[in-house]
Amino acid sequence: MFDFSSVIDLAMIWGLLIATAIFLYVLLDGFDLGIGILFPFAPSHKCRDRMMNSIAPFWDGNETWLVLGGGGLFAAFPLAYSVLMPAFYIPIILMLLGLILRGVAFEFRFKASDKNRYFWDYIFHFGSLSAAFFQGMILGSFVQGVKVSGRDFVGGPFDWITVFSIMTGIAVVFGYALLGSTWLIMKTEDVTQKWARKVASYVLWFVVIFMAIVCITMPFLDERIKDFWFSVPNIYYLLPIPLVTFGLFLLIFYDLRRNNVEYRPFFVSIGLFLMGYLGLGISIYPWIIPFRYTIWEAAASGPGLSLMLVGVVPLLPLILGYTGYCYYIFRGKTSHEHLY
Amino acid sequence: MFDFDPVLLARIQFAFTISFHIIFPAFTIGLASFLAVLEWRWLRTGNEYFKDLYKFWIKIFAVAFGMGVVSGVVMSYQFGTNWSIFSDRVANVLGPLLGFEVLTAFFLEASFLGIMIFGWGRVSKRMHFVATCIVAIGTLISAFWILSANSWMQTPQGFSIGEDGRLYPTNWIEIIFNPSFPYRFVHMIIAAYLTTAFVVGGVGAFYLWRKRHLPQARIMLGMATIMAALVAPLQVVIGDFHGLNTLEHQPAKVAAMEGIWETEKGADLRLFAWPDEKNEMNHYEVKIPHMASYILTHDMEGEIKGLKEWAKEDRPPVATVFWSFRVMVGLGLLMVLIGIVSTIQYFRGKLFTGRFLQGWWILMMPSGFIALLAGWFVTEIGRQPYTAYGVIRTTESVSPAILGAQVAWSLLVFVIVYMFVFGAGSYYILKLIRKGIPAIKEKDHYYQHGIEALVIEATAHNGDKNV
Ligand code: HDD
Ligand code: HEM
Ligand code: HEM
Repeated sequence: MFDFSSVIDLAMIWGLLIATAIFLYVLLDGFDLGIGILFPFAPSHKCRDRMMNSIAPFWDGNETWLVLGGGGLFAAFPLAYSVLMPAFYIPIILMLLGLILRGVAFEFRFKASDKNRYFWDYIFHFGSLSAAFFQGMILGSFVQGVKVSGRDFVGGPFDWITVFSIMTGIAVVFGYALLGSTWLIMKTEDVTQKWARKVASYVLWFVVIFMAIVCITMPFLDERIKDFWFSVPNIYYLLPIPLVTFGLFLLIFYDLRRNNVEYRPFFVSIGLFLMGYLGLGISIYPWIIPFRYTIWEAAASGPGLSLMLVGVVPLLPLILGYTGYCYYIFRGKTSHEHLY
Repeated sequence: MFDFDPVLLARIQFAFTISFHIIFPAFTIGLASFLAVLEWRWLRTGNEYFKDLYKFWIKIFAVAFGMGVVSGVVMSYQFGTNWSIFSDRVANVLGPLLGFEVLTAFFLEASFLGIMIFGWGRVSKRMHFVATCIVAIGTLISAFWILSANSWMQTPQGFSIGEDGRLYPTNWIEIIFNPSFPYRFVHMIIAAYLTTAFVVGGVGAFYLWRKRHLPQARIMLGMATIMAALVAPLQVVIGDFHGLNTLEHQPAKVAAMEGIWETEKGADLRLFAWPDEKNEMNHYEVKIPHMASYILTHDMEGEIKGLKEWAKEDRPPVATVFWSFRVMVGLGLLMVLIGIVSTIQYFRGKLFTGRFLQGWWILMMPSGFIALLAGWFVTEIGRQPYTAYGVIRTTESVSPAILGAQVAWSLLVFVIVYMFVFGAGSYYILKLIRKGIPAIKEKDHYYQHGIEALVIEATAHNGDKNV
């Protein structure tokens, strides 16, 4: 069977691919989870319908990136998959339950009577909220590392609850709310848009605060992270990350104040997420189970990775292409024409 | 107090969540193809009834699809949470298959589903039809990969075992097209089509019974009759071949399916029996002489191995396999029967008026789902005590760090949440069926934003009796 492992660094490529899949998940499901988080606070029923309509054609595709993240981890880094899944057993199940409830609320809400619609609105809200929060907690405790012996997780069922992970959980909730509200600025008009603008400006403050806290605490989680960021040549290469982040914050603060800027806030929020993700990724690299196993130690065998690479090279551009096409079909504002 | 056995609980949890999951894919695989046929007929003939039906079933499709997606996401994580050792050992082989499922099928389905449901008026009719076809093909591709993975677990080949106990692929063709795969794939796709056909036929019969939507109801019952008459017998034949294949590769499973304890020549077919694992025998047997040998070896005197050929710890649970198999086959034969009766009635011109036959079709509505689950129980429980047959035992597969209590709690939560979701889903699907087929003619103008059309339609029809 063919095997490229002697020619290219398969573990590295797959590490990058999976990191990209997870990032795309965070962005794409991020804005629709964010809308769920903001849902009950919307000023009117009509706004809520419009919010829902703006994401209805996309949420399923967005969630598929999570399946690719999980499935990809299983396929490319089975060791990481089989250590991390039991380690995060409880938060993963809670996250999945959140996703189940919000996912079905989409469909049921459209079919429910007016009276029951409120019920599904809240299910949608709490499902989105808990999915976002537990994703953040999983991220936080992942960065802190898990207890491993040999190829097995050996920690306790509640190891994932720490001050740091609770904080990252809340941070992700606010981050998604920012993505959601800037998405709405882009996709809606009038009342909904005005409201979304207000929410975005408000949420932005929390995002600033939490990003700052994470930046300050990260280096203290592990000596290696601190040395990496603050050793002498590195600090110059890495300086652009905080600088660009700062610049993006200024830009979005400015944009949110100007009523005619509709598209840029969403893309600037994406930029902020990208910076945060890069910072995190660089700190953790090359660990896939932080401070225990590197991507090379956890990678699957060469033939499997090679086969999948042969598949990914044509398929990923194709997927991105038709995903883009679907976003293009549903471009423009969600209608405010509402016939009841 | 309770003695939590994590292996047993993890098995129950996995079995529960996947049994829940498969109900929806099976229905959506069939419905997607059904919708493609409806739309094609509409575009070809211009007959608006086909469009009415399309618009009606797509709402049900959307609900079922949503439930399939969310329960499927759970499955892709449960390999790791419950079966981490198994995942670690077989990932080199199974990982790429599941990876390809995501890349070739899930994205395709999920993306074009948006156009299919919300794209009316935003894309051309032709493009809309293309989107429907892509979703239908996507469901089939998805079934291809997942059934390949499952079949590999039944009849593993194409790998070597490394010194660390992990599996390394040696031949992908052997892995993907393992011996039981072709049978399982065809059998499962037909099962999905039959499942859908009986739901569609049941709804058609229900409207005929109630004298509503008569033209559309005729189309539904007519199409279902064609499926029952042509495809149900095919399923019996494929099932027979599937059984022969199983006899070759998993004889212990066949012995459990047939309830045969002693190796015998000219084995009898047990129609009814109460397998007793402790005493290694059956009670209350009702048998047809030599029939089991005839079916399985196509020879009246053929030899069938009995369960006693295997050590007790290598045998699958007998009673569940035995009974699930009978439920599936029984329903399969009933499907063939209703197909024959309906065809005869059709030619006598009574298919759409006979009350008795309508009642029968209505009662058969859940039959596909039951047969489907029964079939999976045969396959999966019959594979015990292994997860990958003959290679890895179930007891060796479970995650070591998962405490019994943790699995027990999460199982309980899954049961509650799934029952709730399932209850609500069934309620809304039944509500849509009761509400009937919307007359779309007067609402055919599309709104500036296609997304809203669905909401408007759903609300504008409250209390609408039409046709
Ligand atoms: C014979 C068919 C079949 C079988 C045996 C399974 N599935 Fe499935 N699955 C489908 C057929 C399918 C489908 C028809 O393709 C679905 C149904 C609704 C949908 O979105 O796709 C689906 C959805 C679906 C999704 C959501 C995809 C998305 O986000 O769009 C996931 C993650 C899985 N499945 C995973 C699994 C796993 C891990 C299984 C076994 C352990 C499994 N499925 C068994
Ligand atoms: C979709 C239809 C399926 C149904 C209804 C189903 C049902 C079941 C049931 C009832 C069990 C429990 C058997 C027992 O413990 O006695 C089981 C076990 C299992 N199945 Fe399936 N299964 C399906 C498909 C699959 C597929 C496609 C895979 C893998 C790719 C798979 C992998 C497993 C594994 C890993 C176990 C757990 C270990 C075990 O208990 O044997 N199943 N399944
Ligand atoms: C009378 C006709 C039938 C026969 C002889 C038959 C035979 C079989 C056999 C032998 C198996 C187990 C194969 C194995 O695990 O090794 C099986 C599995 C299965 N059957 Fe059937 N079957 C019949 C009808 C049906 C019907 C009507 C349905 C559903 C509508 C169905 C759905 C399934 C499913 C979903 C499985 C599990 C997946 C698989 O292994 O293909 N079967 N069948």
